Amino acid sequence: MFDAPGPRFRRRVLWTSVVSGVVLLALVALGLRQFAANGQLDPVRWQPYLTWPVWRYLLGGLWSTVVAAFATGVLAMAGGLLLALRPNRFTRAYAEVMRTVPVLLLVYVMLFVLPSFGINLPVFWKLVVPLALSHAASYAVIFRAGVGSVDPGQREAGVSLGMTGGVVTRFVVLPQAVRHMLPLLVTQAVSLLKDTSLGYVVSYTELLFNGRVLASYTGLLIQTFVVVAVVYLVVNLALSRLAHHLEARRARTAR
Amino acid sequence: MRLVLEGFLNTVALTLLAFFGALLVGSAVAVLRIVPVPLLRAVGAVYVEVWRNIPLLAWLVLFVFGLPEVGVTMPLFWTACVAIALYEAAFVAEALRSGVSSVAHGQGEAARALGLTFRQSLRYVVLPQALKRVVQPLANIAIALTMATALAGVVGVVDMTRAAQRINLELAQPLLVFTGVGLCYLVMSAFIGYGARVLERRLA
Repeated sequence: MFDAPGPRFRRRVLWTSVVSGVVLLALVALGLRQFAANGQLDPVRWQPYLTWPVWRYLLGGLWSTVVAAFATGVLAMAGGLLLALRPNRFTRAYAEVMRTVPVLLLVYVMLFVLPSFGINLPVFWKLVVPLALSHAASYAVIFRAGVGSVDPGQREAGVSLGMTGGVVTRFVVLPQAVRHMLPLLVTQAVSLLKDTSLGYVVSYTELLFNGRVLASYTGLLIQTFVVVAVVYLVVNLALSRLAHHLEARRARTAR
Repeated sequence: MRLVLEGFLNTVALTLLAFFGALLVGSAVAVLRIVPVPLLRAVGAVYVEVWRNIPLLAWLVLFVFGLPEVGVTMPLFWTACVAIALYEAAFVAEALRSGVSSVAHGQGEAARALGLTFRQSLRYVVLPQALKRVVQPLANIAIALTMATALAGVVGVVDMTRAAQRINLELAQPLLVFTGVGLCYLVMSAFIGYGARVLERRLA
């Protein structure tokens, strides 16, 4: 949408860069001053985060986060596959409901409703089951789009070779669909990983909950949660990069 | 019963205010991401990546419990509202950006070939087409935001989900209470979906 920039335009870009750079620096400085004025930049407050025990605790939390996300992912994908391959009134209603009801509400049901009916799952499942129920609906949407992106001729060719419907789905359509869906699946993994932070509510010792424990133990609230946020950022950024990379590769090979 | 009403109103208010804020901030970030100034573009990209890749609950905890420690005090409701708005703004920015880039390149080039300036081609050719295409993604974000407001309950705002949990402790009627609240969320998102369809037809 742009012309090749001429000298006047380039000068304007330069000026805007300089001005916005100065404004940006000023904002950052202002923020840092606010932090410093309240003693939050005090090296003593950050030093614990250079020690191994603290990191071991946080990384332990990260491991639990990954385990929960993985378990949720497997369950939700299985559920999503069922939902996607059997489109009927019930599965559509299920997807619609799960798209609108907060996961937290499902978590509360696990925490407060089911025990009164005598069902009291371990903490891990109190987190994983609601997440899986909710994410199954998102996976169903992804799967449906992925299967839809495979040329119908592929299925027809399979059927004309004498394969049964199930065999065609399993060996012809799904492998191709997965290639299309891969970037979306990775993106969904980011959202899964973020949602496991609800462990904070159910007292499952994942990253955010461990942050809470650490913060109440050391009293370094801001420092702890900033470090926790950075850990989330690094992990999810890596996943986002991967999704981006897969997407680019798909776009290249699609032609 | 008063608690139910308070929770419901808080959820509705949070949703409306946070969505409005997310639209404002998100549009600004989307503009940053498409202007021809590399520095501003980088700022936009960093904003989106940072907000999108950290869980909302972590943001809420940081804002609600962290801000007072650096001397910024706001009422609880507004702190939660700001955190949710800034978080969803990243998604709004992405939706708007992909809306703009989904308008075929040829459209922009044709506008430029006709001698329209950058601003004119954006204003009269690209944006009207983009607007139509972002209604549905924005509605999806609004629905996700409705769900996200439930997290405000974790940090102490009495929203609908939180109210349900507290009422349940008193009434011990879990099935009734939670189904009712679930229905409320359903109705809200049905409302959003309906509004989006009307808006889309108007713009078409």
